[in-house]
Amino acid sequence: METYLFYILAVVTVIGTILAITEKHPVHAIVYLVTSFFSLATIFYLLAAPLVAMFEVIIYAGAVMVLFMFVIMMLDLGRSDEARRPELKQWILPIILAGIILTSIGTIATGYAAAPHASGSLTIRDFAETLFRKYGVAVELVSMQLLFAVVGALYLGRKAKS
Amino acid sequence: MIYDPIDIALILVKIGLVFVVILTLAAYLVFAERKVLAWIQDRKGPNRAGPFGLLQPLADLIKLLTKEDFRPIGADKWLFYLAPAMAAIPAIMIFAVIPFGAPLTLFGHTVQMQVSDLNVGLLLFMALSSVAVYGVALGGWASNSKYALLGSIRGLAQLISYELSMGLSLVPVVMLARSFRLSDIVNAQSGCWFIVYQPLAFTIFLISIAAECKRIPFDLPEAEGELVAGYHTEYSGMRFGLFFVGEYINIIVLGGLAATFFLGGWHGPWLPPVIWFTLKVFSFAFLFIWMRGTMPRLRYDQLMHFGWKVLTPLALVNIVVTGWWLVLRG
Repeated sequence: METYLFYILAVVTVIGTILAITEKHPVHAIVYLVTSFFSLATIFYLLAAPLVAMFEVIIYAGAVMVLFMFVIMMLDLGRSDEARRPELKQWILPIILAGIILTSIGTIATGYAAAPHASGSLTIRDFAETLFRKYGVAVELVSMQLLFAVVGALYLGRKAKS
Repeated sequence: MIYDPIDIALILVKIGLVFVVILTLAAYLVFAERKVLAWIQDRKGPNRAGPFGLLQPLADLIKLLTKEDFRPIGADKWLFYLAPAMAAIPAIMIFAVIPFGAPLTLFGHTVQMQVSDLNVGLLLFMALSSVAVYGVALGGWASNSKYALLGSIRGLAQLISYELSMGLSLVPVVMLARSFRLSDIVNAQSGCWFIVYQPLAFTIFLISIAAECKRIPFDLPEAEGELVAGYHTEYSGMRFGLFFVGEYINIIVLGGLAATFFLGGWHGPWLPPVIWFTLKVFSFAFLFIWMRGTMPRLRYDQLMHFGWKVLTPLALVNIVVTGWWLVLRG
């Protein structure tokens, strides 16, 4: 049962992501991407990681993509006729990067017999203890970085004094 | 994993029951709203269809179903058709995690009065309510109309802003109950309701859910004085009906959540648990109708300033204070 569900969801995720890339209209692309996030979240749930599943939906589908859509709607960027296929020159760097990633995935996939299986469901308490006790300093540093970004955005967005 | 056929049947029955009850309640909430508003404004309200106008929701349903399903020229066909469902479905899905009664024991099976008792129930609510934004945003955008677009941009900004304060106001609840599971949160309140410990969080949550429901005084996305009807201006027939019913489903669901988080869920003396839960939900619904009957609408900048500069900082301070209190109490 879980295996069938996984394959259905995996196909939906991959197709949704491909359509999000090939779709010319930005709003449609967002809808496809949100669909793929949803099925990805369900896959996380099947892998006994309900917390990750919820974060996937709250942060990516619910916050990041909504902000993208807000910007597209506010600035009226939905002109699909302006979207062109990139030139051949622009393809080179993405192809090199994709090559590196695919080779790494291939190495990992052939190196290990099976993916390490999660033993039982991870509780929120375990997750929080690892994150805020064991890696507490790292979390603080990352949040400082976010704070810098917020201050920077405020500085850039300030109104010029008249 | 082994599936017990009785468990599956029970879950299907519960899903069906929740669907029917919620949809009926939502339809009658529209009727109740019209009656209460009429009462506040010294009118009679709907009183023609059936005794005391009780068949009015049915008449409205028939009217909506038989109306022409109209699509404006230049509208984005698929998104225009999909948006009403995107607005209504997440609202009804949230009810899956709300416990509406004490667990029953039937034929040796313990039946949870809740469709699904997820250990991340509270987060599922946050996830689905953040996804419900898409219905409002895409509906207005796909209509290819200025009023609808303005309405949905306002709706987007408002929902994102107030989701923040709503989520932050729930953090103290989780700190007190020490769980994201809604049945644990209800059980933690068997002695004393969380509203006693957290009156500030309750107030913030109440204001935020009024904004999430897009009700007066926060109904700027559909402000009829300026935007015709906001994001659903171009909709007609049952598609408009879905937006409309979705809003009332939202009132019921958010009322149920407010009762679960702060008013002890189904806990209460003398009366059976389900009745207590229903009473609490109805009182929230009544409060929302009352607010609509008596309050003026906020201005847009007031709405944004209130959300970001008052509610969110207050909720953050409340979290810190609750943390210190929990530590010092030991």
